Amino acid sequence: MRPPFRSATAGNEPLKTLDFLFQRLIKAAFVVLGVVILNFLLIHLAPGDPAAVMAGEAGAGDEKFIAQLRAQFGLDQPLWWQLVTYLGNVLTGDLGFSYRNNVPVAELIMERLPATLLLTASAFLFSLLLGVVLGVLAAYKRGTLADSLIMTGALIFYATPLFWVALMAVLVFSIHLDWLPPFDMESIGADYTGWARFADIAYHLILPTVTLGLFFTALYTRLTRASMLEVMSLDFVKTARAKGVPKARIIRRHVLRNAVLPVFTFASIQAGQLVGGAVLTETVFAWPGIGRLMFDALLQRDYPVLLGVFLVTAAVVVTVNLVADLLYRIVDPRIEAAG
Amino acid sequence: MDKETTSLLRVESLSIPLPAGLDRTYAVENISYELNAGEILCVVGESGSGKSMTANAIMGLLPSYLKPSGGRIVFRGRDLLAMSEPELERERGRSVAMIFQEPLSALNPLMKVGEQVAEVMLVHGEGDAAARERRVLELLDFVGLPDPASLRHAYPFRLSGGQRQRVMIAMALALEPAMLIADEPTTALDVTTQAQILELIRRIQAAKGMGVMFITHDFGVVADIADRVVVMERGLVVEQGMAADVLNRPQHPYTRRLIAAVPHREDGADRTDAGGETLLEVKQLSKTYRSGGGLFSKARVVKAVDDVSFSLRRGETLGVVGESGSGKSTLGRCLLKLTDVDGGEIRFRGRDIVPLSPGAFRPMRRHVQMIFQDPFSSLNPRQTIGRILTDGPVANGVPLAEAQARARELLGLVGLEPSAFDRYPHEFSGGQRQRVGIARALALDPELLVADESVSALDVSVQAQVLELLQDLQRKLDLAIIFITHDLRVAAQICDRVAVMHRGAIVECGPPAQIFDAPRHAYTRQLIAAIPGLAWNPRQAVV
Amino acid sequence: MTFFRRYAQHYGALVGLAILGMVLLLALLAPLIYPVSPWQGVGEPLLGPFEDPAFPLGTDMLGRDIAAGLAYGARVSLLIGVVSTAVAVVIGVSIGALAGFYGGRIDDLLMRFTEFFQTIPAFAMAIVLVAIFNPTITSITLAIAIVSWPPVARLVRGEFMSLRSREFVQAAVVVGQSGPRIMLTQILPNTLSPIIVTASLMVATAILTESSLSFLGLGDRNMMSWGFMIGAARTMLREAWWMSVFPGVAILVTVLAINLIGEGLNDAMNPHLRGRKG
Repeated sequence: MRPPFRSATAGNEPLKTLDFLFQRLIKAAFVVLGVVILNFLLIHLAPGDPAAVMAGEAGAGDEKFIAQLRAQFGLDQPLWWQLVTYLGNVLTGDLGFSYRNNVPVAELIMERLPATLLLTASAFLFSLLLGVVLGVLAAYKRGTLADSLIMTGALIFYATPLFWVALMAVLVFSIHLDWLPPFDMESIGADYTGWARFADIAYHLILPTVTLGLFFTALYTRLTRASMLEVMSLDFVKTARAKGVPKARIIRRHVLRNAVLPVFTFASIQAGQLVGGAVLTETVFAWPGIGRLMFDALLQRDYPVLLGVFLVTAAVVVTVNLVADLLYRIVDPRIEAAG
Repeated sequence: MDKETTSLLRVESLSIPLPAGLDRTYAVENISYELNAGEILCVVGESGSGKSMTANAIMGLLPSYLKPSGGRIVFRGRDLLAMSEPELERERGRSVAMIFQEPLSALNPLMKVGEQVAEVMLVHGEGDAAARERRVLELLDFVGLPDPASLRHAYPFRLSGGQRQRVMIAMALALEPAMLIADEPTTALDVTTQAQILELIRRIQAAKGMGVMFITHDFGVVADIADRVVVMERGLVVEQGMAADVLNRPQHPYTRRLIAAVPHREDGADRTDAGGETLLEVKQLSKTYRSGGGLFSKARVVKAVDDVSFSLRRGETLGVVGESGSGKSTLGRCLLKLTDVDGGEIRFRGRDIVPLSPGAFRPMRRHVQMIFQDPFSSLNPRQTIGRILTDGPVANGVPLAEAQARARELLGLVGLEPSAFDRYPHEFSGGQRQRVGIARALALDPELLVADESVSALDVSVQAQVLELLQDLQRKLDLAIIFITHDLRVAAQICDRVAVMHRGAIVECGPPAQIFDAPRHAYTRQLIAAIPGLAWNPRQAVV
Repeated sequence: MTFFRRYAQHYGALVGLAILGMVLLLALLAPLIYPVSPWQGVGEPLLGPFEDPAFPLGTDMLGRDIAAGLAYGARVSLLIGVVSTAVAVVIGVSIGALAGFYGGRIDDLLMRFTEFFQTIPAFAMAIVLVAIFNPTITSITLAIAIVSWPPVARLVRGEFMSLRSREFVQAAVVVGQSGPRIMLTQILPNTLSPIIVTASLMVATAILTESSLSFLGLGDRNMMSWGFMIGAARTMLREAWWMSVFPGVAILVTVLAINLIGEGLNDAMNPHLRGRKG
C-alpha cells in the first residue's frame, strides 16, 4: 500500500488564503492612510498659509475669511492634533469644502466618479484585449510582415502623448470626417432614456476610450509578445513538442496561459497610470469625470478638490489592485503554495 | 546475449554543423551508431561532447539555427530527417518518446499532471475521454506514484523532483512507444531518487521491450543500466561496444582517461592518523529556517542544522555528505558566519566565534576560507583575475604591491600561467576558474578551507585534476578541509573522515572504511546502496 | 568595441541616435537660430505652414513662430527628461541597493515605502505636487523624479538580491571585505547595464510626463515647451491644425528615438537574449 498523496503544504491553504487576505487589506489601508498623510503634509508644506491653500484663489484675498477658516480648521492647534482632526474628517467622508463651487468636495467627486470609472474600465478592457491579441499574433507570426507591422505600430503609439492622440482623433474623426462626437458624454438636450441613452453614451465613449487605450494597447502588445517568446523558449514547451503536440495547440494550451498571466498582473498594477491618463483624455473630450474635475480645479487653484481627487483616485487604484491580487490567486494555482 | 537484436534506430554518418564563429565547426561530425529493440544504449560523454544533440536531432527538436548537413537517422526503415513536421508530430509521443534532465521545468506549471499525461493520447487521437482517464490512472500507478486518483489533479509544483520525473516517464509510456530517449534524466535528482528512477527505467524497459537511448555523463550510471555504450568526445564517437567491454577493457585513450577519472575509494588508502592538534570544534550547532506563516496559518519550520557536533584537526579532511535539503550547505555557511546561528558553539582555535559580531569576526575571516561550487558565478565577471586575488589581502591590510606579488605566486601554485593575472574570468574554462577560486582562498593563508560542492559542476576529468590539486595543497600547507558533497564516491576518495547528514543531523561519522564497509545507520546504508556503479571498479579497468 | 558593434547592428537604434542628435543640436543652437524669444510675436498671426518662407511651420494666434517654439521646447524636454531621470536613478539605486543588500527588516521597510509610491497614481501625484509648489522647472523636474523612481528601486533591489547570493559576492564577504565596499565594487558594476537601459527608457517617459503637465497648464511660465504649445492650440484645433500637429510630432519623434536607443542598448548589453529574438 502506498501512502495517500499529500504535498508538503497540504491542509494549510484556507488559512493561508485568510492570511493573504488579511495582509493585503492591511497593506491597502496603509496606502490610503499614506495618501491622507501626504495630502495633509502637502497642505502644510505648500508655500504660503495653509488656510490660503484651502481657501483657494476664491478667498485668498479676504483676510476675514482666512481668519475664519483658520479657526474652523483649528490651524492654531498643534500640528499632530490637526493631523488627527484631518484623519477623522476623511474617515467620516469629509474631504473638505470647495469654496470655489460652494459644495463639499466629496459630493463633487461622487457625482463625477461614475463617468471616470466607465471610461477607464472600457479603456482598460479595450487595451488589454487588443494588446493581448496583437501580442499573441505577433509572437505567433514572428519574423513575418504582420509581426513587423504590429510591432512598428506599437512602437509608435508607445511614444505618442495621450492628449495629442486625442486631439488628432478629434481633428480627423470629428472635425474633418464628422463621424464621432468630440465632446461630452451624452448628446445635450436629447434626454434619451433606456437603450437609446445607453447607445448615445456608447457612441460618445468611442473616441475617449480608443485614445486613452491606444498607449496601453501598445504597451500590452509589446509585453505580451515578449512574454510569449519567453515562454516559448521554456523546457515544458519542448516536452509538449516531444509528445507530438501540434504547434497551434502548443500555443493555445501551453504557452498562452503562462504568457498572459504576467501581462494581467502588470496591467492591474498599471491601473493607476490609466487613471492619470484619464485626466488628459477627459480634459480633451470634456468628459464629465473626476479627471476633468481635476483639470478645472487646477485652473481655479481649487486645492481641496485637487487633493480630494488625488485621494479618491488612489483609493480606487488600491481597490482595483486588491481585487486583481485576489483574482490572480484564483487563476494561478502556484500562488497559494508560495504564500 | 539472448536478446532480440533487430535494429530499431540507425544513425548513419550524421553531421550537424555549428553556426560560424564557434570553437569548432561541427556539433556532431559523421557519427554512426545503432539502437536495437529491447536494449539500453548509453551515450556517454562530457559537456560539449554533442551527446544530447543527436537525441534532439532524432526527435526533430533541434533549434532552428542547427540543421543536419549530412547522414540519415533511420527509424524502423524510414529516414526521420526526411520527414515533414506533421509526419514527425505523428511519430513523436507515439513511437518515440523523450524525457529530460530538469523535471522541475519540463512540466507545464499551469496544467494538472493527469491532463498532461492524457494530452499525449488526446493529440494522437487515442481512445475517448473516459478511456484516457483510466489509462492515466493506470500509468501513474505503473510508474510508482502514490495515490494516482488524487495526484492526477495536482499541479506540478506540488510534486517532488522524483515524482515529476515519474510523471514524465508515465507520459512517455502512454502510447507504449518502441523507443525511449532519456536525456540525463537523473542528473538533477538526489542519489537515492536517482537509484529509484534508474530501477524504474530498467523495469519498464524489460516489461515493454522498448529500445532505450540513455544519455549520461556518469560512468557509474552506465555501469548500472547499459547493455551497450557509445562514448562521445567533442562531436565524435570515439568508442562503442558492449557495456562490459567498454567499462572494463576501454580501448580508446579518451575513454581510458575518463574512466580513470571516475572517483572511487582507493583500497586501503585510509590514513589512520591524519592531522595534528584540534583546529575546529563544533558543539550542538543548530539553525532553523522559518518561512510563510501569518496570523492564521502556521509557519513552515525547517531544522536545517540540528544539534550538530564534530571536531577537525589540522591537516585533516572531513567529508560532509548528504542529499539536497540535508543541511550540509547550511552547515558550511554557518561555519563561515554567512548566516546566523540559532544555538551551539563553533570553537575555532579554542575561541567560540558564534557570539562575535560581523565586525568583530571580520579580522578572523582570513583564517577560514571557502571554495565555491559554481565556477561561473564564483568570480566577478567585471574584475581581472589579479583584482580578484588581491581584493582579500588588501581588505586585510596587506599592501597592494605585496598582495600582487603573492597573487602571481599563487597562480603558479594552482597551475595557471602568470599571464592570467591581467585577464578576465570569461577567458577561462570551468576547471581553470575553479583553480582561481582556490588561489583566492589561499591568498589569505587560511588554516581551514570549506569546500562546498567545489567539484560538482565540473566534468569528471577536470574534477579529478582539481581534487588532486586540493590534496596536494593540503599536504603542502597543512590545511584542514571540510569537504561538502553529495557525491559519496568523491568523499570516499579524498576524505579522512566522512559525516553523513540527513534532515539537518549528522547520523553517522567515521573513517571511509567504516562508512562504506560497515555502515551503522539505516540511512547511510540506503545512501551507499544508491551509489551508481557500486559493483564496478574503475581502477581495475585502467591499470 | 564589441558593444558598439552590437549596438550598430541594431538599425533602429542607429536611426534613434541620429534623430536624438539632431534634436540635441536644435536645442543647443536655438538661441542662435532664433535670437528673439519664442514668446514674442514676430509675424502675422495664424500663418499656415509654408505660407511665409520666414515661418516654414507657420505662426500661432499671437504671431509667434512655431518653429522657434519647437527649438526652445526641445531644450525644456531634454533638460527635464535627463535631470529628472538622473535624480530618480539616484534615489532608486540608493533605496534598491540598501533593500536588496541588507534584506530583512530594512528591505521590508524600504519596499513598503516603494510600493506606496508605486501604487498611488503617478500622474495624479505629479499634478498635485506641481500645482501645490507652483510650476517651475525645479518643481516639475522633482515631481517627475518623485513619481518615477520606484521601478528603478525594484529593479536594483532585485539585481542586488540575486547578486547578493551569487558566489563571488559571498566570496567577497568571506575574504573580509566590508558591506559598503562589496556593494560599490562587487555588486554595483554588475547592475549597470540594466540600470542604463531602464534609465534611457525613463528619459522618454519623463518627456511624455513633462509634456502632459505643461499641456494641462502646469509648465514653467518662463520656458516654452511642446506640451504648452499643444495646450494653447487646443481651442484653435478647427482653425489652425498646424499649431498642435507639429509640436506633437516633435514629442513623438523624440520619444521614439529615445525608445529605439533604449532597445538598442538593451540588445547590445544583453547579448545572450539576442539568440532568442532572432
